[in-house]
Amino acid sequence: MAKRIETIGLSCFYGTTHAVDDVNITIEPKSVTAFIGPSGCGKSTFLRALNRMHEVVPRARIEGRVLLDDEDIYAPDIDPAAVRRTIGMVFQKPNPFPTMSIYDNVASGLKLNGVRRKAELDDAVERSLRGANLWDEVHNRLSKPGMGLSGGQQQRLCIARAIAVEPQVLLMDEPCSALDPISTLAIEDLIAQLKDRFTIVIVTHNMQQAARVSDVTAFFNLRGPGEPGVLVEVDTTQRIFTNPSEKRTEDYITGRFG
Amino acid sequence: MTSASSDLQRRTIRQPRLPRWAVGATAAGLVALAVLLFAFTGFAGTVDFIVVATLLLVLGVPAASWAVEGRRKATDRLASSATLVALVLTVLPLIFVVGYVVKRGLEAFNWTFLTSEDIAGPLAAGGGIAQAVIGTLQQVLIASVIAVPIGLLVAIYITEYGSNKFSTAVRFLVDVMTGIPSIVAGLFVLAFWVLGAHQSASGFAGAIALTIIELPIIVRASEEMLRLVPGALREASYALGIAKWKTILRVIVPAASTGITTGIMLGIARVIGETAPVLLVVGNNSFINWNAFKGNQASLPVYIFQHAQSSSNYDVDRAWAAALTLILVVVILYVSARLLTRRNRLVGW
Amino acid sequence: MSAVDTTLDTASLRSGRHGHRGDAVFRAITLAAGIFVFVLLGAIAVFLVIKALPALRDNQANFWTTRTWSATNGDVHFGIAALLFGTVVTSVLALVISLPLAIGVALYIVEYAPARLSTWLGYLTDMLAAVPSVVYGLWALLYLLKHMAGLNEFLVRYFHWIPLFSNPNNQTLVYSKSIFAASIILAIMILPITAAISREVLRQVGSAQKEAALALGATRWEMVRTSLLPPSRPGIVSAAMLGLGRALGETIAVALVIGNTYTTSGRVLIPGGATIASNIANLFGEADETGRSALIASGLVLFVLTLAVNLIARYVILRAGSEEHTAI
Repeated sequence: MAKRIETIGLSCFYGTTHAVDDVNITIEPKSVTAFIGPSGCGKSTFLRALNRMHEVVPRARIEGRVLLDDEDIYAPDIDPAAVRRTIGMVFQKPNPFPTMSIYDNVASGLKLNGVRRKAELDDAVERSLRGANLWDEVHNRLSKPGMGLSGGQQQRLCIARAIAVEPQVLLMDEPCSALDPISTLAIEDLIAQLKDRFTIVIVTHNMQQAARVSDVTAFFNLRGPGEPGVLVEVDTTQRIFTNPSEKRTEDYITGRFG
Repeated sequence: MTSASSDLQRRTIRQPRLPRWAVGATAAGLVALAVLLFAFTGFAGTVDFIVVATLLLVLGVPAASWAVEGRRKATDRLASSATLVALVLTVLPLIFVVGYVVKRGLEAFNWTFLTSEDIAGPLAAGGGIAQAVIGTLQQVLIASVIAVPIGLLVAIYITEYGSNKFSTAVRFLVDVMTGIPSIVAGLFVLAFWVLGAHQSASGFAGAIALTIIELPIIVRASEEMLRLVPGALREASYALGIAKWKTILRVIVPAASTGITTGIMLGIARVIGETAPVLLVVGNNSFINWNAFKGNQASLPVYIFQHAQSSSNYDVDRAWAAALTLILVVVILYVSARLLTRRNRLVGW
Repeated sequence: MSAVDTTLDTASLRSGRHGHRGDAVFRAITLAAGIFVFVLLGAIAVFLVIKALPALRDNQANFWTTRTWSATNGDVHFGIAALLFGTVVTSVLALVISLPLAIGVALYIVEYAPARLSTWLGYLTDMLAAVPSVVYGLWALLYLLKHMAGLNEFLVRYFHWIPLFSNPNNQTLVYSKSIFAASIILAIMILPITAAISREVLRQVGSAQKEAALALGATRWEMVRTSLLPPSRPGIVSAAMLGLGRALGETIAVALVIGNTYTTSGRVLIPGGATIASNIANLFGEADETGRSALIASGLVLFVLTLAVNLIARYVILRAGSEEHTAI
């Protein structure tokens, strides 16, 4: 069920600003791929291009192709909303819907997509909350507002909401950077469990986190000052962190910059 | 595990979509349909046609979309059309009003009109609004001279000294004041100044009413601007040993001054067009009355109000020209306030 | 910064009194300004009541249920029933007409319009909110009334089964100075301000929630429906209340296009109708002492009405838990 993503010559622009240039990468199904690199090098921009969230910003556009199991998601007759139903996203700052309860938050994606029967929704909500390791903590207060949870719980709520629609791929944009260390650990454990069902791509600032959770790591960096970000090196996590091929990668890993 | 009818079952991302030319083609087709309907059946009347054509347009494309793309996309298209219709229905009449005023107003609008008094009667062209312009200017000036300092001081009190119940109450009362209809303000001046203190109608009486309307606007605008001044600025000043009152007057208010000026201009723009209170307590005058404190004075809004109802075409022409003058002043004030805001360091609108 | 007076007066540093006294004086001045607001509002209430009482006392008829209005020194029976009816009906009708449009425009500007157009449309709506009511009134009297015949006929022809739009005596609706005409011009007038405030309210909603909806595969309308409109509801209700308050108090435009008869018939298309404010504007010129007192009494009712609407708006915001700075 989980799909493969392949990008061919993908470049991202905000108007005339060239943010990311010519990235070629293949992300295998049911793996965890981490994007690392210094701030501002385009990792998040690139991630958002994978589920067509990049174009939500006015005047943002891409060049190149993104293939989801050989289907180009940017083809002119493809509806971006359909892409986003298949490729889900969890954001840096937890963003549960403020006017909805926990239950409604998790069910929101399902309801939007036409699931109406209460029994089905109940099932799906429980499944998703269990999948996000949140069920035990909230199962007796599902009607309480989603905003009432702690930061770490809110983020797991957002993960539950994302996986409730059973996407093929889950994109996570620095999901732990706004959380405390304990919640971070909880989410990292969660990622290890989720990878059996979904293809996961995670952008992270934290190299140790990348080393802990991912199978493959991709290192992004600016080509030069004032230049767009590029994919410097991508390899198994093991090799990236022990024996990278590029010097820039090694410099970043060892903390000489970034 | 999810129901067969839900979109989640559709695992492919490629779904049927209306081609791009579909919208234009459908629109053209529907307009043609409407024309045919009206040409060959009993439907008649411009209004009917517009209503039918619009309905067909707004509903037609989503209907086609429903068949091809599904309910969700169809609803999305309907919503987009609906907001566009709302925009057109809103902006068009409003621009039309202003445009019409400009068009009719230009007929009698010239320098003589602005500078002569109401000397031509209803049966002749000529004459002007000099007395009304002077009257309104004086009334607004007096109102501002009172409202601006007091308003600023109230705003300062609320932001710099106010963390107690009294200042919350004052804020609340200022809010209440923004809701007072202008005619009630006029009635108050009538009750208090004219009837109570036995004064006669005068420009000053109108100015009092205008103050009541202008004051809360100044307070609100100033308050917002003062709040935007970064706390770091205040702290830097105190750290230099400067007294609080000097800090306020020499540091904080100047920092907020652009925004406050904008607020003042908008307050003036608002009261300059107020008719009701002026109608009640300022009276009217065909000639310039330079003394705002004694005797009836003319004013632009009342001039328009009265000439609009006259059965004489000359009077009506002059009313349009006066309305044009009023709009011009308001627009100039408004645009200046906007330009000033652009240069404001503290906030961008 | 030359604006800041940094000269240190060592003598005053030692005495510590100079700044302190200046502070106390200044504080007292600002406090006085605050007290002035209290006094002013109190004075408004008090004087209106004082001047309204004589006519109310002399009134032969029931103030609340009488429809007609005659108040001169010899003959005092006036009642606010028709005026209140007219005021409320015109304003509510205006709100019903304009609110959906205002929300639609606000949505368009915030969500659907291309960026440049959005800014200019924003400026445009703000500016249109500044056009004085007398100009709208002038236009309504001299243009709108003439051209409403088509609209009036349309409504009677297709909707006469709704009592609101019926015309039982087949009166001519050409150039009809009616409650409906007043409602239309009021709707046009409050549209910019409700749209402008709604726009600000919608803009406050962070992109985080909107993106959350989009990332779930919502269409744009679904995103608006689930994450943009719900949190904006209190603000929009408040904007509506503000618009309603403006409509309730609007005098001149209404006075020019309403029929000035004391009717409570509810058939809005036929000539007639009066509001508290239009009544004041029309009768005040020739009113004697009693007449003026009666008009002031009606003004008092209007004051309380707008006050109530204003308070409801604030309450709605308060309950939503946030302090909204409403634009004026």
